[in-house]
Amino acid sequence: MAAKSERGRLTPYLLTLPGVLWLTAFFVVPMVTMFSVSFQEGNIYEGYRFTGHWQTYTDTLGSYSEQFLRSLWYGLIVTAAVLLITFPMSYWIALKGGKRKNLFLLMILLPFFTPFIIRTLSWKLILGDEGIFLGTLKNIGILPDSYQVLATPTAVIAGLIYNFLPFMALPLYVALEKLDPALLEAAQDLYSNKRETFMNVTLPLALPGVFAGSLLTFIPVAGDFINAELLGGVNTTMIGNVIQREILVNLDYPEGAAISFLLMAGILLGVFLYARALGTEELMG
Amino acid sequence: MATTTERIARREPIDATAPPQKPRKRRKEWLLPAYTGLVIAYLFVPIAIMILFGFNNPAGRYNFQWEGFTLKWYNPTTLLEYEDLNDALINSLTVAIVSTLIATALGTLIALALTRHRFRGRSSLNLGLFLPMASPEVVLGVSLLALFVSINVPLGLVTIIIAHIMFSISFVVVTVKARTSGFDHNLEDAAGDLGADPWTAFWTVTFPLIFPGILAAGLLVFALSIDDYVITSFNAGGATTIPLWVYGASRIGVPPQVNVMGTLLFSLGLLYVIVSLWRGRKAEALAPPVGKG
Repeated sequence: MAAKSERGRLTPYLLTLPGVLWLTAFFVVPMVTMFSVSFQEGNIYEGYRFTGHWQTYTDTLGSYSEQFLRSLWYGLIVTAAVLLITFPMSYWIALKGGKRKNLFLLMILLPFFTPFIIRTLSWKLILGDEGIFLGTLKNIGILPDSYQVLATPTAVIAGLIYNFLPFMALPLYVALEKLDPALLEAAQDLYSNKRETFMNVTLPLALPGVFAGSLLTFIPVAGDFINAELLGGVNTTMIGNVIQREILVNLDYPEGAAISFLLMAGILLGVFLYARALGTEELMG
Repeated sequence: MATTTERIARREPIDATAPPQKPRKRRKEWLLPAYTGLVIAYLFVPIAIMILFGFNNPAGRYNFQWEGFTLKWYNPTTLLEYEDLNDALINSLTVAIVSTLIATALGTLIALALTRHRFRGRSSLNLGLFLPMASPEVVLGVSLLALFVSINVPLGLVTIIIAHIMFSISFVVVTVKARTSGFDHNLEDAAGDLGADPWTAFWTVTFPLIFPGILAAGLLVFALSIDDYVITSFNAGGATTIPLWVYGASRIGVPPQVNVMGTLLFSLGLLYVIVSLWRGRKAEALAPPVGKG
């Protein structure tokens, strides 16, 4: 009997062991390695070695503050835009979707079965200066010939909004789906008008979805470089583009590692403050 | 709700400029569904363009302007014309299949431990699983590369697979947990009371019940893996996958073959949607009609 309960106590550790080992070896250890690489000095020909050179951090913040701020700014715009776009839709599907709920959800997910790169290139085709959309409008004289969307912040933000929309729509749906319609009726019975019902009942109950959706949107957007690379121009370089260039083109590993670490630290700090602002207890359950 | 008649009965002042309630309600009823339809249509715009340009007949590789309708890219010999694209396809499928199998197994085990057992370190594990999902892909890619370079691991398919398993485990745990948390433990106890040993009880009772969750997690990992560009680009070395090949090709023009492959992937997704809706309908028909809220 004693042996059995002993085994029972070990079971959860045995179950989690392989996955935890994997994440330790290939998530935790790499993060530590990256942090240590950021203090190395040298060049790609002679190799890099650890010298405790912390100035890479100050140099980086000096030279790339513009790209950091742009990533933050794009992240905020895209998160807000996606929240505004998807909220009415998720609300309607969750509360009024009836039997077709799953159909609508799958319709939202279906476009994302096509690879990210192909979808983004498709936008490049649509937004092209002489493409099917702008080209036609120019031919019939609605837009001046010089008008362009590609290589502007608008194109990058539009691409980001498109690509990360489901990351907001689904958590919102999950939160709103748990909302009991009886609560809304109760609010109305207690003489709330539509706006009051929304502000005092719907929104607070949707908050965990807003929180999860904002994180799932903001984090990948702030780190993205594909949209800026394919749809943007010289004025839309994001911090992800800088990291990619330092690591894959310049092979400057310490620099790339330092920027990555700053990005990661900034995001974790942001998540922490955001969770505090919204009230962690309620969000994490 | 106070209707006009009630107000008259209570001698309350009636706001004559307020629109009557009924038509206003009517107007709102079509507004949200129409809006939802518009957003969904918007999501399909680039897909429609991708499919359309898979039927385009451009002179060279520059598939940018509509030149005329053709079906020739759907011919297997022209579809598989670029050997490096075929290699990329095979690599993508290999990576996706191997990562799906391993990540789903590792993640399911963690999900089972989290939902069925209380143990020390449970909440830190939950937080630890959240971290890879909260890290930007570019950081995950760079940190893994830093590790591989530091310990001189040659980059290639193996490092891509290691990376894909790493970023997928948390997603598997979340997906399977959603399924196992509603699980009725009495069923397992019942199996035990009927003389089944824990192993038999697991395979005959628990596993079939959580299998839909495992399947959903597996599909998610497959989709994440086949789609990934960012992390892969840092850990691929000389190996290419479909996203890497397409990205490289985008500088000189993406050939229509890529549109066709994208269309085929999309059709697989469509097939999955149709099958799951059909199965859902069947399950609904079989389920007792009571208690549906």
